[in-house]
Amino acid sequence: MTGKTALSRAQVEDRVLGVLKWLVIAFLAAITLLPFYYMLLLSLKPIDALLLDPGSLWLSAKDFTVSTYQDVLRSTDAGGQGFMRFLLNSALVSLGTVLLTLAAAVPGAYAVSRLKFFGHRQVSALFLAVYLFPATLLAVPLFVIFARMGLSSSLVGLAVVYVAQTVPVSVYMLKNYLVTIPYSIEEAAALDGCSRLQTVRKVILPLALPSLMATGLYVFMIAWNEFLFALLFLAADPDSWTVSLGLAQLSNGVEVPKTVLMAGSVVLTIPVVFLFFAAERLLTEGLTSGADKS
Amino acid sequence: MTTAPAGAQKRRTPSPRPTGGPGRPDRRPATARSRANRAGLAFVSPTFLVVLVVVVLPIAWTVLLAFQDAKLVDIQGMGLFGNWSLDNFSDVFASAGFWSSLKTTLIYTAGSTAGSVLLGLVAALALRKPFRGRGLLRAAMLLPYVAPVVAVAFVWEVALSPQYGIVNDWGSRLFGWDDPIAFLSTRAYEVNVLGAHFDIPLALLTVIAFECWRYFPFAFLFILARLQAVPSVLEEAATVDGATPLQRFRHILLPQLMPVIALLCVLRFIMTFNKFDDVYLLTGGGAGTDVAAVRVYDFLTARYDVGAAAAQALVLAASLMILLGFYFKFFGNKVQEEA
Repeated sequence: MTGKTALSRAQVEDRVLGVLKWLVIAFLAAITLLPFYYMLLLSLKPIDALLLDPGSLWLSAKDFTVSTYQDVLRSTDAGGQGFMRFLLNSALVSLGTVLLTLAAAVPGAYAVSRLKFFGHRQVSALFLAVYLFPATLLAVPLFVIFARMGLSSSLVGLAVVYVAQTVPVSVYMLKNYLVTIPYSIEEAAALDGCSRLQTVRKVILPLALPSLMATGLYVFMIAWNEFLFALLFLAADPDSWTVSLGLAQLSNGVEVPKTVLMAGSVVLTIPVVFLFFAAERLLTEGLTSGADKS
Repeated sequence: MTTAPAGAQKRRTPSPRPTGGPGRPDRRPATARSRANRAGLAFVSPTFLVVLVVVVLPIAWTVLLAFQDAKLVDIQGMGLFGNWSLDNFSDVFASAGFWSSLKTTLIYTAGSTAGSVLLGLVAALALRKPFRGRGLLRAAMLLPYVAPVVAVAFVWEVALSPQYGIVNDWGSRLFGWDDPIAFLSTRAYEVNVLGAHFDIPLALLTVIAFECWRYFPFAFLFILARLQAVPSVLEEAATVDGATPLQRFRHILLPQLMPVIALLCVLRFIMTFNKFDDVYLLTGGGAGTDVAAVRVYDFLTARYDVGAAAAQALVLAASLMILLGFYFKFFGNKVQEEA
């Protein structure tokens, strides 16, 4: 191949790829943003407007309504769907899960990242091996245990299950951050007379705060979005439904307009998306740290 | 790594462990090491305990339940052991639809894994170089991944609905579809291409598309992070040598990305193989989308047959491990490089 043809081939590729790149970007923007725009749009329309013109991507001023949100958020006594209560339940379970998971994961992550104890290499692999087992496999015995203990419709039980789901990945994420904290800082603390526990509490934890927040956020996301276990454990007791479960049950109800369903979806989505945008950089770095080292 | 210090310790202290030992310089490292060992075990034990109680023990119990004739009603009075039988497994293997469900699961998993990783790779390449609004788009692209599955599943359901969905409305307007297409409830959709008839499993493909859409951000994140760590010198050198953009991708970038792609494939395969919510919410497991995880759920809640559900879940986990065993046998080194 002569220099000239290679150059022209490179030019052709450059030009084609340059156009293709913008097409891809437009396509990606469309598939990620349109569904959420569509969700918001439908939630602000009365059902008649949707049925009349299902293809419309605009909202005319005369159609605009927030009655769907009123319907979703009002308590069941007032004839609504009681999502306020579900929001509270979801918030309690998710926050509880975050606190419990971090409490359980921090010592393990510290030990795995710092201390050369017997089997320290195997332990972190062992924690991740948990994900080889399907959640459904875990669901069977937990369903039975909770049915037996009468915890089956309690939010505490649900939080415990979520902790089981999130501890391994939290240990992994925290560990990846902790190994980047120089060991000499800890030695300095030890020389100043800190015990191991004091070092962890006063030196390591403040330094690991970004990672703690990223991990906590990720755990919150998992707990807030979770559906299977909520369905298994809480289905019988409407008072302790989480938002995800409440929304799924709402869709089974007859006579619930799709626009109300979309309003419920918006209510479910907003808290987690808001949190995510508030801390996006933190989360993406926390998740992928370690991935960019070759 | 673990064996080296232990060996070194042995060489330095040939005498047995007595604390009165030879000399100070010898004893110090040993005690520091054993102190680190003790502290390490102490720190790891709470985490380990939590995992043991809420993960390991339940799984062990599942294994026991799978070999017992257990129904939810009589499990209250039942002991942990006893009534051993292999009935559950023979039921599972003989039951109608087991093999077809396993096949569906495999197609679903492989399709979703390949699709989401590929889309993530394309997205990462497109968003590699800075441009106006890149940060915003990057954040927006993670939306499908962070949004709750129940909410996005309903959006898809409404958008794809034959009666009031936007997709069918636009399809009939732009492409002249004669009849609305029921994406989520059509087991086999007949297509005519150049006079030849094809049946495509439409519902299954739709579910796979949903899964690709929801998880490509995950692949995108990891691949983009790796892409930004590729030294630019490599590509510059290749450009000087006259490599075209496609050649640079094929011979410079792809080899660099291979380990992270391999890792992502394994992770996504494991996660998707056990996935329940997505299929359950979109189709309820009907119209040819009866993946194994939904079957376990049906056994558990519709029939209260705990034993059969446990056996089915165990078979599922075993098949996953066999598949992973094959994978690591052939491609193991790639994944280990990254992990």
